Amino acid sequence: MSWLLKDVLLYGEGSPTDVVLRDGVIAEIGTGLSGDETIDGAGCVLLPGLVDLHTHLREPGREDAETVETGTRAAAVGGFTAVHAMANTNPVADTAGVVEQVWRLGQEAGHCDVFPVGAVTVGLEGKEMAELGTMADSAARVRVFSDDGKCVSDASLMRRALEYVKAFDGVIAQHAQEPRLTDGAQMNEGINSSLLGLTGWPAVAEEAIIARDCLLTAHVGGRLHVCHVSTAGSVELIRWAKSKGWDVTAEVTPHHLLLTDDACCGYDPTFKVNPPLRTQADVDAVREGLADGTIDAVATDHAPHALEDKETEWGAAAMGMIGLETALSVVAQTMVEPGRLTWRQVAERMSEAPARIGRLDGHGRPLAVGEPANVVLVDPTARWVVDPAQTTSRSRNTPFAGHELPVRIRATFLRGTPTAVEGKPA
Amino acid sequence: MKRHLLSAADLSLDDATLILDTALEMAAVSDRTVKKLPTLRGRTVVNLFFEDSTRTKTSFELAAKRLSADVINFAAKGSSVSKGETLKDTALTLEAMGTDAVVIRHSWSGAPVNLARIIRGSVVNAGDGTHEHPTQALLDAYTMRQRLGRIEGLKVTIVGDILHSRVARSNVLLLKTLGADVTLVAPPTLLPTGVDAWPAEVSYDLDSVLPKSDVVMMLRVQRERMGAAYFPSVREYSRRYGLDVDRAAQLQDHTIVMHPGPMVRGMEIASEVADGLRSTIQDQVTNGVAVRMAVLYLLLGGSESAIGSVEQ
Ligand SMILES: [Zn+2]
Repeated sequence: MSWLLKDVLLYGEGSPTDVVLRDGVIAEIGTGLSGDETIDGAGCVLLPGLVDLHTHLREPGREDAETVETGTRAAAVGGFTAVHAMANTNPVADTAGVVEQVWRLGQEAGHCDVFPVGAVTVGLEGKEMAELGTMADSAARVRVFSDDGKCVSDASLMRRALEYVKAFDGVIAQHAQEPRLTDGAQMNEGINSSLLGLTGWPAVAEEAIIARDCLLTAHVGGRLHVCHVSTAGSVELIRWAKSKGWDVTAEVTPHHLLLTDDACCGYDPTFKVNPPLRTQADVDAVREGLADGTIDAVATDHAPHALEDKETEWGAAAMGMIGLETALSVVAQTMVEPGRLTWRQVAERMSEAPARIGRLDGHGRPLAVGEPANVVLVDPTARWVVDPAQTTSRSRNTPFAGHELPVRIRATFLRGTPTAVEGKPA
Repeated sequence: MKRHLLSAADLSLDDATLILDTALEMAAVSDRTVKKLPTLRGRTVVNLFFEDSTRTKTSFELAAKRLSADVINFAAKGSSVSKGETLKDTALTLEAMGTDAVVIRHSWSGAPVNLARIIRGSVVNAGDGTHEHPTQALLDAYTMRQRLGRIEGLKVTIVGDILHSRVARSNVLLLKTLGADVTLVAPPTLLPTGVDAWPAEVSYDLDSVLPKSDVVMMLRVQRERMGAAYFPSVREYSRRYGLDVDRAAQLQDHTIVMHPGPMVRGMEIASEVADGLRSTIQDQVTNGVAVRMAVLYLLLGGSESAIGSVEQ
């Protein structure tokens, strides 16, 4: 079966072109082409399939919030052809057995490729290094290691991890949060937290760890990826580290590109997330960082939670928000429409860079004949209103409920097979 | 007035003045032999206390009973944090029982806001975490007006653990509305980041502020804060921020000393000062009932003079 994507704009550039997907690859690019099935793509932008570096699929352990099946369906609807599944499952993905299980579930689901992230330390406890090499050598081919949600705060352990993964070209993805500065933290520390009486999560708790980790990375010649950068100071530190030529990359979430801690003022736990929503100055800085390449990638930190974990008092509620299905729209709203990024650069930040950081083959590839047919077709002119009741994710905790956002995803293809069409799983 | 009292910021100048004026009428009732008004007969007020506070609970209970409301003390065993019944379930239960007002005390900031989103009746915040305690601020304002005859233009100094104090937050907001000038005094560790945006002055030096103050409000400082390195020792805290006899001697003659209780005698306030003539600590407790009567009465729909024809 072949698919003809008719009159599309590659990377949103040039003149309308036909693209034929056949046998898992981009078979032809030209005009007047034909295929078994046709999608009229007039006015639509063709991008390489999106790659998420930071997804919580919750399986095994919290299948009531999300499963590999439901989470990857949501990913496909959001235009993703690959996601990195975070390690904080139950059991923790700290052995070859667990990462292979998650990887196989992804293969079976078939909605997008699932690349498990391995825990850096056993049980995410920050004490002993997990068997990183065994996970790297497993069928899951793990290259990204993270104790996400928990920071590898022990400087010596972090140093060793950065050193150790050099043997197999791995990267340590750090959730930068100095634990002693964030004991009981509930939201960004600032004016709003002072008035709301919620314990503050100060920017310095993120920045202190980033500064330390950049220096450690330089010292051992390792590879560091900074998860969900949320503060202006973090952007500056990463800019500085890159100017030194150190191998440091970073991601920002869609919610940190759009929302500020003003959203917390009604105590609605939908907006409780870690790292927390920050100030407008921080939002401006992460946008600028993403625009100038200081921040390499957008990553969702898709964090599904069961209703009862969110419909509660702020202090008792779980941290995190879902984001797979809204990521591209939020990036379009905050970066493309204001002219900060072109679609060509969106392809870089949301597909090529994350694929490169995760050392993925077959994703984040050019739109060229012979390349894997992992692509997403988007309508940049359409607008839609986010309705939590309509999520493909099993969970409903979107912070964008009621927001009118630009861009609809017409179709997502994984190796030439449609995984989502017109907003619905295929 | 709004339907709920969740924050002192919910009150306009007119609202706050109406509550204080109504409380004055209520206080007159409390002075009579029969201390009861029929005003809220047939209405149900629930005391929902997730955190122990006999004083506040008793004060609200007395206030509701003096207005002839049916009062239910809802046993909120532990808090929902301990994974028992959730706040939502409790709220739905209360809703099913047809309650007109819920007075809630909770250890998490914002819980009254969450409750107000679920139930139809009025919600009164009786203290939530380190957020607010608006009726405390109202009774403090009432007490200031009673003793000093006005609130506008008063220099009010609030001393102590501002960071963790819901009393301080509500007082700062309400006193701003009522036109007083507030100065917060604390060691820098016990002031929140972001305090510069509050409508108040900040000082680390109690001695320089005291002589200018019309009102000095001392807040409780929990010893546990010491373990978390907010200050080195109780002795040092008392020496720098305690209202001892020598410091009290620096005050102007008319200056009053307030404390929301419970106090730690000898730490933030000396016994001689707490029991002295300047102290309004007992008045605050007494006034609490009248102010809470006024709040319940006005929230539950009273727009006429509270006691109307009953009292001339
Ligand atoms: Zn994280």
